[in-house]
Order: sequence, then C-alpha cells, then structure tokens
Amino acid sequence: MTGFWLIVHRDVVMAWRQGGDGLMAIMFFLITVTLFPLGVGPESGILARIGAAVVWVAALLATLLSLERMFQTDFEDGSFDLIAIAPLPLEAVVLAKCMANWLLTGAPLLLTAPILAMMLHMDREGLAIFVVAMALGTPSLVFIGAIGAALTVGARRGGVLLTLLVLPLYIPVLIFGVGAVEAAVTGQSAQPHLLVLGGLLLGTLPLGLWASTTALKQALE
Amino acid sequence: MHRFANPNRFLRIAALILPWSAAITVTLLVVGLYLALKVSPADYQQGESVRIMYVHVPAAWMALFVYSCLAGASAIALIWKHPLANLAAKASAPIGACFTFIALTTGAIWGKPIWDAWWVWDARLTSVLILFFFYMGHMALTSAFEDASRGERAAAILALVGFINIPVIKWSVDWWNTLHQPASIVRLDGPAIHASMLAPLLIMAASFATYYVSVLILRLRSEILARKMDALRLTRVRDSQEAHSL
Amino acid sequence: MDDTHPPSDTSQEVGVAIGAKKPQKKVGVLFAGRGLVCVRGGRTVFVGLDFALEPGDALVLMGPNGSGKSSLLRIMAGLLKPAEGDLLWHGYAVEDDARSHYARQHYVGHLDGLKVAMTVSENLSFWTGLRMGEVPSASSVRNALSAFGLDCLADFPARILSAGQKRRLSLARVLASPADLWLLDEPTVALDRDSVAALKQAIAHHQQHGGMVVIATHSEMALDRARPLHLDRFVPASELAELQEDAATVLRKNGHKAGKKGRRL
Repeated sequence: MTGFWLIVHRDVVMAWRQGGDGLMAIMFFLITVTLFPLGVGPESGILARIGAAVVWVAALLATLLSLERMFQTDFEDGSFDLIAIAPLPLEAVVLAKCMANWLLTGAPLLLTAPILAMMLHMDREGLAIFVVAMALGTPSLVFIGAIGAALTVGARRGGVLLTLLVLPLYIPVLIFGVGAVEAAVTGQSAQPHLLVLGGLLLGTLPLGLWASTTALKQALE
Repeated sequence: MHRFANPNRFLRIAALILPWSAAITVTLLVVGLYLALKVSPADYQQGESVRIMYVHVPAAWMALFVYSCLAGASAIALIWKHPLANLAAKASAPIGACFTFIALTTGAIWGKPIWDAWWVWDARLTSVLILFFFYMGHMALTSAFEDASRGERAAAILALVGFINIPVIKWSVDWWNTLHQPASIVRLDGPAIHASMLAPLLIMAASFATYYVSVLILRLRSEILARKMDALRLTRVRDSQEAHSL
Repeated sequence: MDDTHPPSDTSQEVGVAIGAKKPQKKVGVLFAGRGLVCVRGGRTVFVGLDFALEPGDALVLMGPNGSGKSSLLRIMAGLLKPAEGDLLWHGYAVEDDARSHYARQHYVGHLDGLKVAMTVSENLSFWTGLRMGEVPSASSVRNALSAFGLDCLADFPARILSAGQKRRLSLARVLASPADLWLLDEPTVALDRDSVAALKQAIAHHQQHGGMVVIATHSEMALDRARPLHLDRFVPASELAELQEDAATVLRKNGHKAGKKGRRL
C-alpha cells in the first residue's frame, strides 16, 4: 500500500508546486458558467431553470482539462517504465492516479460548484442535493476519463481525441446528475437519481480500472 | 511467418463468398425496393412519406448490428489476439458509421413532414446520434497512432467499453426522454405493422446485411494486401541497407 | 527460424569467453534467454538470440544502431514481450512469475523518469520507496546520492540538474536498493570521467557480491568477467524471397486489379 500512497502524494505535490491543473480547471469552470448568464440574459427564472444543467456541463468539461496529462507525462519522461516494473499492480497504480486526479480537480469543483449554483439562483433544496450528486458523480467522471487518458497515450492530437472519446461516456452521469437536482427543485424525491449515480460509480470503478490498465499495457509494448 | 499465417486462408474463403453475397445483395435490394416503393400501401396517417421507413429502420438495425459485430471482433482480438479480428473491427467501423449516418439523415427527412421539424430530441434519434459519436471516436482512435497496430488495439478496448456503456446510455436517454417529452408527438413506429409493410422491411434489412458482408470482405481483403505490401517494402528497404553496409 | 542460429552455437562462444577471463567457482547459469525473437513495428530485429549469465557475470551488448540493444534490455526487464523464445531464471520461465522478476532487477533506460518539480532526494526516495514498498531511510538515500557525488544537490529541485547529473541520479537509484540484476541502457552517455569511474566501481562491487549486469554501451568499459554479445550476429536472414512468394500467390488468386497494384510496388 505504501506504493499507492507514494504515487498519490507525488502527483498531488507536483501539481501543487507547479500551480497545476486544479486551479486551471476551476478557472475554466468559473468562466464557462459565467458565459451562460451573458448568453441567455440575467433573468432569474431562466437561470434557475437551466442552472443545474449549466454547472454540470461546465464541470464535465473542466474535468477533461487535466486528463490529458494523467498518464502522458509519465510516459514521456520514462517514469511509466519504472512504475510498470514496480511491485504495485498496474490496477492499483491507475487507482492512485485517479485518486490524485480527483483530489486535484474533482474536489475543488465540488467546493466551487455550490457557489456557482447559488449565483444561478438554485434554491436551497436543490443545492444540498446538487452537492451530493456532484460528490457521487465526479469520481465516476475520473474513472471514465482515465480510460480515455490511457487509450490516447502517445496518440496524435491526444487531447482533442480524448474529449471525443470521453464525452459520450459522460452522458449518463450528466442526465442523472441534473435529474437529481430537478427532482429536488420540483419537490420530488431525488433518491432514485442519487442511487443511479451511486450505481454508475460502482460500475465505472471496475470498468475504468480494467480498461485503463489494459490500454496502458498496450502502450508500454 | 506467424505474422500473416491465417490471412491466406481467409482470402481463399473470401473469394468464394464474395460473388454470392454481392449477387444476393443486388437481388434483395431490387426486390425490396420494388415492394417498398410500388407494392406496399401508403400509411393512412403519414401518407407516402412512410416509405422512408424501408431505408431508415433497416439502417438503424444495421447500425446496432455492425456495432455488435465490431465489439465481438474486438473481444476476439483482445482475448485470442487473432490477427484478422483487429482488421475486421477496423473495417467494420466505417460501414457501421455509414449505416448510422443514413439512419440519422433519413430520420430527419422523415421527421420534417411528421413533426414539422428536421430534428426532434426523440429518445431513439438521440441514442442513434450518440452511437454515431462512438463510431467516430472509434475511427479517430484507430488512426491516431504512428504504429497502426497500436491504434487497432486501443480501439478494441474502446469498442468493448462502448459496448458495455451503450445500453446504459440508451437507458438513461430513454429515461431522460420520458421525463422531458411533450406527450403529443406521433411516434415513428406503430405497434402493429401490416404484412404488406413487414415483408419489404425484412427484405431490405436482409439486403443491408448481405451488403455489409460483401463490403467487409472487400475492405478486409484490401487491408490484408496493403499489409503484405508494407512488409515487402520494409524488407526491401532493410535488405538494400544491409547490402549498402556490407 | 531456430535453425539459422542453433542455441549450442552461442553458448559455446560464451563458454570460451568465460574461460579466457577468469575461471571461477561454477555456480551455474542463473539468468538465461533462449531463442529470443524481437519484432518491432513489423520489422524483425533479431532472431534466435541466446544468452546465459552466472552470478557475477557482466553481459555487454554491442551492435550498431537499430540492432536491438534497447529492445533486448526491455525484453530482459519484462517491459517487452519477445515475439518468440523464453527468458529463464534458475531454469524457470520468467513469464510465469513476472512480479518476482521485477523485484530482482534494476532497469535504467534512455529516459531518466525524473520529475523536475521534485527535489533530487525526493525523486530518489520515490522510486526506491515504490520499488521496496516502504519509504527508504534518509541515510540510505544520502549514501546512494554521495556515491555519484550528488549529495550536495539533494535538496535542490531536479530542474537545475544537467544531463549528466540527471544520468547520475538515475544510476544512484540502482544503488539505493538491492537487486540481483542490473539492466543498464547506455549508462555512460553524458557522464564525465569521474562518474564513469564511479559507475565502474559500483558495477565491480555489485559483481563481487554475486550480482549480474547487462549493459548496452558504445564506449569501451573494461569490466570484469565481461561477456560480449554482438547483436548484429542475430539479424534475420532476408524474408524477401518468402514474402514475394507469398504476395505472388495472393495476387494471382485475386485477379488483375490487385496484380497490377503489386507490380507497381
């Protein structure tokens, strides 16, 4: 297990020292959300109606930013050769990388999202459910994103390609993430949506680990 | 010569199948189109525009069927590393993308008279659109690497991930649609379909399927030949280099 | 493919090489490769390659660019699967227990695997910790760094290191934790004379304690019990005739169109 935490620690420390991706993702998130009131107008009724969707879509896009570098830099500087012949199974390496990525982008998004939602006039019931939905949804996004990141290691135009591959896979998280908030706002139970989000998390965890590990093994050859 | 051990046998079998599958495709297509455009009745509600269905529905079926074949071939490629499976997956993707594209455009053309809009966020259309994105992603990933075989292997993983995800996405889109759908829209497919409409539909579907087989064989064959030529060229270059250094 | 280079051929050669150097107590072959074939990007790099190493031996890989030195080292490390052939440790296939094989080797490739935002000692202790499964003690990190004269740079970020210093840091990684087998790919690139001497000393020390080294190098490095392995001897016989024959059969069977294409080649 030491190896697992060493990788998490290394990635977080490096990002911290380099003023890393986390901050960029948050800035991107803020700016994207700000564009919507400028586009559709400041009327609070409309903003409250589309608020959850806008924040979710912006969050999906923000998570994409840091994915490209998730495995790519380690491949470029030869780190991955050494990681591959370390005693830690590759699945654990991927899990550590996902955890570091979530700490660096998912967690800051989770903290910023309620503020943005409030700026878009989301009411209090919606806000609480929104935070829970984000907490369940963002790890799924990371596991799905890891697949795209691993598949595009060493690819031409890897960053753009990654976006094309990953965004369609994000659709269920988006639908149920927004659905939970809408249910709460309209006075229905958000529980079914949250359960589905939890189920998606349980599904994307093994799928993400398997697919990323297989893809990384291919990339090593 | 383990690198192309099987392809030669495949080429022999393909040469036997191809004339038959091509002939069957043409025959079925002619019969199917005749039945669809001449014999089958116009719909009492939709009029002549219902005839679009005979292209639209088989194309949508094929879009799904080809993706299943693609995922199957990818699984075989990943598990047994069969050299032809990767090529079959690679060759299937553009064909499936074309069927998906046909389903989408015919759907839009059909939607215009019925819904009075080129595009409606209907659950089926939306799912097919997402399937189209998957095909596009698969093709982009296949061709994204300097080393072609790396692209094929990566695309195989993507195809399987997509295969697991497509039912989930389909289900969530259906769910999303029932939540947001205004109730008054006419659905494209009536529950009961008359035999005079079913026959041309099935014949068209069969002709699309044999068309897929024929084009797949053609694409596979040219892919194999291209690969053999690459190997030949590479060996020639190396031999001339060696002759130079001696 | 095997019959172009019968295994007995090379093992005899190797036997002569040992005899010529220094006869030692026979402990038998520990690490060996049999009939290795390497295919990279559709090109066969080498075929029928055999090697055998006893504890304390050094295998020096030689050959021109593109002869597969790096590929062979990656195969030995388990990073690359040979197209054919086996790697054996104590006579057992390495493939069956890849994890244990990873644990008994150090691999230093062309790339250093250094993170420029981390300090020199952080880089070293990360790799050693990852390999050993526990964070190494500060003193063992210091010792490894000082062997290559990097102890004064320990707390500086790796960003400021020169190419040679980065190389030395990679080599210090090898000293920071024990391993039976060292796989070094061009370790002397960018090293100054003192560092080469330090490396030679480290290798000699490793060999005296029964360690084995496989080293790919262009520069002369006089090592004890060194067995040279010339990779250009394992270049495959031309496949051209066979490929042309194969292509001709296929083209004939597929009619004119394809035949024309083939002739244009």
